[in-house]
Amino acid sequence: MNTPAARRPAGRKLELDPRLAAYQGVWVFVEHERGQAHPVSWELMGEGRKLADQLGVPLAGVVLGAPGEPTRQFCQLAFRYGADRCYLIEDPALADYRNQPFTQGLTELVNAYQPEILLLGATTLGRDLAGSVATTLQTGLTADCTELTIDPENRSLAASRPTFGGSLLCTIVTLNYRPQMATVRPRVMDMAPYEATRGGEIVEHPLRLVETDILTKVLDYIPDNRQDRPQLAFADIIVAGGRGLKQPENFELVWELARVLGAEVGASRPVVQAGWVDPERQVGQSGRTVRPKLYIAAGISGAVQHRVGMEGADVIVAINSDANAPIFDFATYGIVGNALQILPALTGACRQHLALTQRAG
Amino acid sequence: MHIVVCIKQVPDSSQIRVHPVTNTIMRQGVPAVVNPYDLFSLEEALRLKDRVGGRVTVLCMGPPQAEMALRKAISFGADHAILVTDRAFAGSDTLATSFALASAVRQIGRDMAVDLVFCGKQTIDGDTAQVGPGIAKRLDLQLLTYVSQIDAVDPERREIVVRRRAEGGVQVLKTRLPCLITMLEGSNELRFATQAGIFRAARYPVQRWDSKAAGIEDPSRVGLKGSPTVVRKVFAPTPNTQRADLISCESGTPEDLAATLLAKLTTRNPELAALLGRAGMQETGR
Repeated sequence: MNTPAARRPAGRKLELDPRLAAYQGVWVFVEHERGQAHPVSWELMGEGRKLADQLGVPLAGVVLGAPGEPTRQFCQLAFRYGADRCYLIEDPALADYRNQPFTQGLTELVNAYQPEILLLGATTLGRDLAGSVATTLQTGLTADCTELTIDPENRSLAASRPTFGGSLLCTIVTLNYRPQMATVRPRVMDMAPYEATRGGEIVEHPLRLVETDILTKVLDYIPDNRQDRPQLAFADIIVAGGRGLKQPENFELVWELARVLGAEVGASRPVVQAGWVDPERQVGQSGRTVRPKLYIAAGISGAVQHRVGMEGADVIVAINSDANAPIFDFATYGIVGNALQILPALTGACRQHLALTQRAG
Repeated sequence: MHIVVCIKQVPDSSQIRVHPVTNTIMRQGVPAVVNPYDLFSLEEALRLKDRVGGRVTVLCMGPPQAEMALRKAISFGADHAILVTDRAFAGSDTLATSFALASAVRQIGRDMAVDLVFCGKQTIDGDTAQVGPGIAKRLDLQLLTYVSQIDAVDPERREIVVRRRAEGGVQVLKTRLPCLITMLEGSNELRFATQAGIFRAARYPVQRWDSKAAGIEDPSRVGLKGSPTVVRKVFAPTPNTQRADLISCESGTPEDLAATLLAKLTTRNPELAALLGRAGMQETGR
């Protein structure tokens, strides 16, 4: 059979139990680490606002943290990015992320205030937490969504995500369970608009867990030296290479162009799997999602798995020798040609252009 | 130490093709492999066994042919292999899958108490990263995801110290055994199967458990019935109405094509023009 195995909800209840209909409102988990809110929180807030408006319900942020951390400031930011309300648990046990106290806290809040939708960032923290909370609540969780909509017929959340290794997309709904949970990766959604005058209500709740009950202890935290790690997610320009470069040593052509442009270097899954490039540079469904102003793809065919990771770029330039490569279907500009020849030519042209603008400036 | 490693057999997604006309998945001939992320966990389990001794049991849920994945694990040095297979599992989402696997781990523990469960960080076909946390929750195990290194393990004191990748750094965590760990990719390098291992794998009688043998009393907790989520539709991404503006020039040389492209980029996109100007400042500044 060549048909995708879409599961039929035959004989399964789609209509909501009255008990579950009491679940109302959209929640966004506000993630923070070391005093910094993760931008994915505000990207989700923008998406959450749209869903809440469509449903006609309030939007709330959820902040879990320790006394002494800027939790109230995160609540204020949540209001400015669109939340009407914030649920806040402050407890010393929430000082560093640990699965047990965070799962307990978020589960408690859900049971106490009953939201219909709960969104988290698909970060290392968000995925760890979402899986545990969904299992505790025995509800559905859809990972790495690229689109969230409300089904006008039954007010349920329709979450779309890539499937089959990223070659197709599927839409997943949660049946007779609440809340409907979903994670979204950083940079997939646009940032919410910031309104400096917006405010909201903070609802505080206790954790009901003491440190002696928590089995995992944080012995140390070693912050990354940011210069050591590729910063693809927030790069303005990315030059990426794929299998069309044919040999690992040819990937140097990508680096050269990136150096001239002050760009980050990205790669498609096949070349990362072949070991040409550090996995942190992989762009796509199983790698990073990026939103640069300019994305140059050299020797990348543009399979859905790659596309979902970079189609948020403002301008996409594709260089590929196959005129029928899918990447030309969504790139802004394309050059049909051998990347091994075009890349050095482009590097030369950029170098010249930059020298000229420099002189003019 | 008794270590259970959960593995999954997945289609080698790099070889999946979409039918150009019908837009459906062409699954024929796509080879099945052990989910690559699981192999980092398998290797780590084998290393722990090398260090402190004990037993490594590999566990897989899937159709009968998933037995191949378990044989592979045996060839690398796993001691026991159990395949949980039942038609009742068809259509299980991550919640139902973690229910079935947790139940199987509990059964495995009846023979010899389980100290550590390993799962892959995520699978390459589902990419959800939800089953590991789900199993941990159901078995009430401490959860350590994205572990890059195991610093110390003390089976006597029932303690383990690991390094866990967080968003902006690395956490050093100590927890009590039993616990569940998912390993980060690249954290180790899988050993080669030995000749003896390959022979053993070929002859090894993989145990097959149906849902009852896996200790599942209530069949409504697995398969479609036990799954809160439903795939409503599968579809190909909408093709853009506008195809790329293909750059061409009279000579067709790489140099002229590059110059034409750059001219278009900078004249039609003022923001890019400014950005490309800045890039130059940075480079000469270095």
